[in-house]
Amino acid sequence: MALDEAAVRRIALLARIALSDAEIDTLQGDLNGILGMIETMQAVDTRGIEPMAHTVDMHARLRADEVTETDRHVEFQALSGQTEDGLYLVPRVIE
Amino acid sequence: MDWEIVIGLETHAQLSTHSKMFSGASTAFGAPPNAQACAIDIALPGVLPVINRAAVDRAVRFALAVGGQISPRSVFARKNYFYPDLPKGYQISQYEVPVVVGGSIRIETAAGVKIVQLTRAHLEEDAGKSLHEDFHGATGIDLNRAGTPLLEIVTEPQMSSADEAVAYARTLHALVRWIDVCDGNMQEGSFRCDANVSVRRRGDKRLGTRCEIKNLNSFRFLDQAIRHEATRQIELIESGGRVVQETRLYDPDRGETRPMRSKEDAHDYRYFPDPDLPPLVIDAAWVEQVRAALPELPVARRDRYEREWALSGYDAATLTQSREMADYFEQVVAAVGGAAQAKLVANWVSGELAAALNRDTLEMSDSRVSALALGGLLGRVIDGTISGKIAKEVFDAMWSAGAVESAAADRIIADKGLRQISDSGALEAIIADILRANPGQVAEVRAGKEKAFNFLVGQAMKATRGKGNPAAINTLLRKALAD
Amino acid sequence: MMDAGLGAMARALGRGEVSSVELTRALLARIDQLNPGLNAFISIDPELSLAQAAAADQRIARGAAGPLTGVPIAHKDIFMTRGRRTTCGSRMLADFVAPYDAHVVEQLDAAGAVTLGKLNMDEFAMGSSNETSHFGPVRNPWDPSRVPGGSSGGSAAAVAARMVPAATATDTGGSIRQPAALCGVSGLKPTYGVVSRHGMIAYASSLDQGGPIARSAEDLALLLNAMGGHDPRDSTSLERPAEDYRRDLALDLKGVRIGLPRQYFADGMSPDVRVAVEAAVAQLQQLGADCREVDLPNMALSLPAYYVIAPAEASSNLSRYDGVRYGHRASGYRDLLDMYQRTRAEGFGAEVRRRILVGTFVLSHGYYDAYYLQAQRVRRLIAEDFRAAFAQCDLLAGPTSPSVAFALGERSTDPLQMYLSDIYTIAPNLAGLPAMSIPCGLGDGGLPVGLQLVGNYFSEARMLGVASAYQRASDWHLRVPQGLATRAAEAGDGAAQPAATERN
Repeated sequence: MALDEAAVRRIALLARIALSDAEIDTLQGDLNGILGMIETMQAVDTRGIEPMAHTVDMHARLRADEVTETDRHVEFQALSGQTEDGLYLVPRVIE
Repeated sequence: MDWEIVIGLETHAQLSTHSKMFSGASTAFGAPPNAQACAIDIALPGVLPVINRAAVDRAVRFALAVGGQISPRSVFARKNYFYPDLPKGYQISQYEVPVVVGGSIRIETAAGVKIVQLTRAHLEEDAGKSLHEDFHGATGIDLNRAGTPLLEIVTEPQMSSADEAVAYARTLHALVRWIDVCDGNMQEGSFRCDANVSVRRRGDKRLGTRCEIKNLNSFRFLDQAIRHEATRQIELIESGGRVVQETRLYDPDRGETRPMRSKEDAHDYRYFPDPDLPPLVIDAAWVEQVRAALPELPVARRDRYEREWALSGYDAATLTQSREMADYFEQVVAAVGGAAQAKLVANWVSGELAAALNRDTLEMSDSRVSALALGGLLGRVIDGTISGKIAKEVFDAMWSAGAVESAAADRIIADKGLRQISDSGALEAIIADILRANPGQVAEVRAGKEKAFNFLVGQAMKATRGKGNPAAINTLLRKALAD
Repeated sequence: MMDAGLGAMARALGRGEVSSVELTRALLARIDQLNPGLNAFISIDPELSLAQAAAADQRIARGAAGPLTGVPIAHKDIFMTRGRRTTCGSRMLADFVAPYDAHVVEQLDAAGAVTLGKLNMDEFAMGSSNETSHFGPVRNPWDPSRVPGGSSGGSAAAVAARMVPAATATDTGGSIRQPAALCGVSGLKPTYGVVSRHGMIAYASSLDQGGPIARSAEDLALLLNAMGGHDPRDSTSLERPAEDYRRDLALDLKGVRIGLPRQYFADGMSPDVRVAVEAAVAQLQQLGADCREVDLPNMALSLPAYYVIAPAEASSNLSRYDGVRYGHRASGYRDLLDMYQRTRAEGFGAEVRRRILVGTFVLSHGYYDAYYLQAQRVRRLIAEDFRAAFAQCDLLAGPTSPSVAFALGERSTDPLQMYLSDIYTIAPNLAGLPAMSIPCGLGDGGLPVGLQLVGNYFSEARMLGVASAYQRASDWHLRVPQGLATRAAEAGDGAAQPAATERN
């Protein structure tokens, strides 16, 4: 399938990436090229094959319910440009 | 037009673990902003989730309590969306293969008993909180709650009134507290409901378009929101409109629901198995271990109280509202010598004690009168030392002073001289005085007027300041009148 | 001494022939001299390095040294290093100082290794030429007009240029092996789960695996001994007893069965690479190996499957870069959505944006089954192919890269052309198998060619044994880029891209 411009815009919105019209144009070509390569696998008959999400057959190891972390918010918030009273600040969110 | 309301509930119960679902940060409520948001919770580059065993343990416990199936192999998936209180840009949840499938909850309303089927229950992590006040137009983000383990419990769309939905929510709330899965603190957001509401014309087989009302954190709001939403939908359809599937918020101040702005753009969550987390495997041995440690469930206790202790259905239901209350009740029964006194104990626990707790807004665990102390008090009622009426006075004294030991009641009875007067000599003298002072009533009794007899009993009780043994007074008075 | 490998340096340190401070100073001087031309390092911090070296010298003096104490190494800038800038080659993290150490970094620090700095890489490990780095491309020490490969281009180039005897790296679809091949050094991607991913910035979590780049099999083994091992902070880290990866270094190739996948030797390999790889296979045979053809019928599907799975995981992994808690935040935004969109548009380069969009699409409603699930099923077919092949042989051999190092700019405008650079390296990642590249000749322009070895799960020690046997019988891994110092300096002067090494 080929992505049209609207589809590229929709995907970019989902991914929260701003794109100029020129970038949309280039990307549309790039993405369709990549999808064309990807689609070569769609002819393969995979009926009955279990999808493989993890490489080695693993199961989750679990943690004991222990508090191991200490308060490091001052150090962590030094990484952010926008904090106040221990909170991260973002443009107003309306629920 | 006759309308039918169809309701399904999704409940988020915060699991009562010490640490978070995928990190070792504390889940304690009320810490300063972001003090409990560790590297994993704020999604620093390179951090990875590791599953908290205690959260899984609680999910298994819940499954056993509702008769659900435990998936031997469940999968954690990523639910992708951008929101400032979701640091990774995805929530780790379970999608295609949840940890619990099916199960049911039995509810009772004025309309009768109903079994509500559960679709599933899955483990996931909570998001942080957005604070909209006081940041000069900005929103403040506190990630302390981010990563707190949640069990999301989903029902089939099977409830048909706000009453049923509230009964379900209350029963579920009591159950998760009973089995120690969730502390149930609704003010702190430990137990929150989303209600899916739709309406259809009675007899219609197809479900109407539903709206989801999010984040209802009290039974009252749940009740009101469902009523308002159902009315809104019915009025909309009757005036020729159509219900649009959307997410709404309930505004208790205005008594209405409104669409949620942040959910306006169509979401595409792009769920896929979390590559950081291999499947969660729960083997039979683990399930059996949890089963062995599972407390007797409320339904089973209720049956036992009715069957073995001959309590009424109402009493049995009241006493099994919480495990603390049922445990307390049983401790008092044991203290007063068992089953024969169960009814008396039931009346006291669901009467005086419940009222006192309620008045002081205390939890059962904070009761100012211990089960042992209440047992001591009721023992004195049973052996005739004091009357039921005096017992209430003693109870109030115990409550205000705080009573732990079995002998607490005895001390108050002795200090205040409340011991019941059963002594015939003393009572006979009092009765003789009363008969002398009330010749008119005596004549009426002798003429067969029972009302006058009760008056005389009352006078005798008054003269003993309530301490006279009513049975003894009755007998002695009859005897005196017959003479 | 600078020309010596990791093992040789460690032995010299142990014998007191040289101090760690001396070695560190000498290598820092070499980095100073060569890096402006090669751009292999994103950051260095000489004070920090020298302090580590001094501590290592004391430890050696106390007699408490381990096999890596005092040995200088460097980390790919994908590994979190506490107190040091960690950029992942991205503008998004250009000023990000890591508040914790990756497991790999902890392990190497504990072993007493000295960190010389952080190595350049393709942005978020997405690339095969190092041209997607925000800090400018790395240049190939063998020919500065050519790419070093990617994404661990800085690691491979720094080792090839003798700026550092060994380096850490990561490999999602070939990012250790392909640059190792293009720079004439050795690199090993272990079995998935052997090296903890804690503190390794995620590209595609089910494929990412850390590993070493060095100059010999022996040095790889030495480094992997410190890098590997169980870590409870990574749910995919395998709980296995610790291994000494040096144990088979003296392996005799007699009786070792080497499979030659037909699909690796079909068309697509450039003639110079074919000559070198076939000569290496012949040499392995002379050394006693039993070489036979095997089939990996679904090999061709690895590229499409990879370009669904890796971007899908990446699109999700990179959602955390939203400008709220750390990293780049755009300025002058209108509202939250605008802040997100502009932050991510400015913070990510073109290739990263491209892969995020591909990944977003293949997971989106209505396309998930046809793309993502199909890719996961194809992934199993590929893993099954390897399983069948390993029933007939102990390891597989073939080319690492279809060509020698290509020119800067040659493929950067055509993503598909670039993706083909990893055609031979992707399949082992999909299956989670260990794979390595060792130098096996010089092709066109006197540029290095790599021989790829793919082993069965957990056969790293045996693979290193085969590589070691080959390296005892050949000297390709000892070749040094000719005229390195002069050429690199010239390239540095005339380069359009300024060298971006900065000091924290």
